[in-house]
Amino acid sequence: MALSPPLPEQLPSSGGRQMPLYSIIGMAILLAVAAVLATTVGSVPISPLTTFSIIADKLPLVDIAPSWSSAIGTIIMEIRLPRVILAGLVGAALATAGATYQGLFRNPLADPYLIGVAQGASLGAVIGFLLPISWHVTSFGIIPLLAFSGALASTAVVYLIARVGKTLPVTTLILAGVALGALLGSIVSYLIISSGDKLHSIIFWLMGSFSLSQWSEVTIVFPYVAVGTAVILIFARMLNVMQLDEEQAQQLGINVERLKIVLLAAATLITAASVSFVGTIGFVGIIIPHAVRLVWGADHRFLLPLSVLTGAIFMILADLVARTILAPAEIPIGVITAICGAPFFLYLLRRRKKAIF
Amino acid sequence: MIKIEMRHISLGYDDKEVLEDVHLQAMPGEMVGLIGPNGSGKSTIIRALSHVIHPRSGQILLDGEDISRIRKRDLARLVGVVPQMPLLPSTFTAFEIVLMGRNPHLGLFQQEGPADREIAWQAMGKTSTQALANRRINELSGGEIQCLLIARVLTQQTKAILLDEPTANLDIGRQVEILYLIKQLCTENNLTVLAALHDLNLAAQYCNRLVLINNGRIYADGTPAEVITEPNIREVYGAENCVHTHPVNGLPIVLLDSNHRSARRAGV
Repeated sequence: MALSPPLPEQLPSSGGRQMPLYSIIGMAILLAVAAVLATTVGSVPISPLTTFSIIADKLPLVDIAPSWSSAIGTIIMEIRLPRVILAGLVGAALATAGATYQGLFRNPLADPYLIGVAQGASLGAVIGFLLPISWHVTSFGIIPLLAFSGALASTAVVYLIARVGKTLPVTTLILAGVALGALLGSIVSYLIISSGDKLHSIIFWLMGSFSLSQWSEVTIVFPYVAVGTAVILIFARMLNVMQLDEEQAQQLGINVERLKIVLLAAATLITAASVSFVGTIGFVGIIIPHAVRLVWGADHRFLLPLSVLTGAIFMILADLVARTILAPAEIPIGVITAICGAPFFLYLLRRRKKAIF
Repeated sequence: MIKIEMRHISLGYDDKEVLEDVHLQAMPGEMVGLIGPNGSGKSTIIRALSHVIHPRSGQILLDGEDISRIRKRDLARLVGVVPQMPLLPSTFTAFEIVLMGRNPHLGLFQQEGPADREIAWQAMGKTSTQALANRRINELSGGEIQCLLIARVLTQQTKAILLDEPTANLDIGRQVEILYLIKQLCTENNLTVLAALHDLNLAAQYCNRLVLINNGRIYADGTPAEVITEPNIREVYGAENCVHTHPVNGLPIVLLDSNHRSARRAGV
């Protein structure tokens, strides 16, 4: 007689939901550790305890008698900390945007740059580099502004091309994004080879760098990333339902077209705000969500917050490697994200045989 | 309790007209079967009634209210759909898929609570799918998935249920079990049920009323005995001499004989 599977004693708590909850707390602690570590390590040796004290001293209600020189305080507070925080913000933003696009498009190959954000930002930035005059409308020059405008403009064009009446077919959106991206990419390539002595700085920007990070950039990027990520997290449950096809999602009460627009807008904004300041850093946006999926599963209520944390940790550590391994020279962060991340991801992929997407 | 009504509905895709000037009504406690040949528009009617596609002309009314004026979430609390062989994400467990039926009952900032889980669990009990709860969707058979979709629509707790070929992937035991369950829910909870069915015999056994669709129009509408008649079946399906009477309950049954091939379809 065939054995029938035993009936579960009671209703499942839905796939061991406790485990990812503890993981979120664990990853948050790991993020704090990574941040302190990255702030501590650098050309001037500063002990972790001093670093911690300097940062804690700035917090409200905490007052620690300084045992450090003001120069050390400046290195931590004005040079290293803004850089670490910006890296964390950008890593979180790209990973969250990647997870959102992958979920929304139900496509494992989707990344934050799929619908033209990166190419638009690159074109804007390259134009900024090639302008004969340098405008200083803001403390960090015109390049971030042009990159941000370029990213939003190209996404808007892709959106308008793909829109059919009141609907936004996902496949058309992806194809329009790929085609416009190729067009803009070739313009960027042409501008790069004819850029003469600015070639090096353009290439360096395209591969990404946090070397010019300041507090002013953190204060601009932070609100975009915070609001955009919060919006995406609110819709995590609906993003799960969207993993069914769009017709079923609608029959289960989701306003599919509105959800697509809200999530696309949020993911695009946080991506555009990030790449405008630090360049089009690759790999993080596609790989971090998959790595999170491999370890913790595909439920967006855990996938999204864990992508925020993992993306931030990964980017902070990648930037740490980028600025220390060949110090005083810096390696573009985009190179490090791929060199360090790809083998680890391939290991995860090999280890797990189950379907992940 | 909800009354579903289609008035002067024309439906189609791009430039192809599928249905023309359709009138249809389904009342609470009534199980209506949509029958007709392949491509006659049964699925199209179901998609229109769940407002996934919009009619070119005419009105769809739910208790007299135009469906296009009802918000998506409110509509999903009134009308639930069991789609035909849909794509399901392989990474979710059976229980998670069923629990998604609670979506229209949850607000933006709400998560499923113990009560929602209990409703989903009961629905899985009714469809004998509790043993599958922790299995992943890609490990399940077509028939098991079909039962899960029915569990999901029960979890949705709607006043009307639309089913597109709910028995297509089921063995005969499961076919009877599922249709009996739907019928029972329909009468006990006064649900309005509209099911597109391929199998004329199952349709005749379980439905109070049948609507026969042919060439984009409603060809016949009435009790099984009024709709499944020799002339209707010959005209719509081109099958001769196949309508008989069930020896036990007197309902019409369709029995095919390989000698009675369709003269019309073969073009003779």
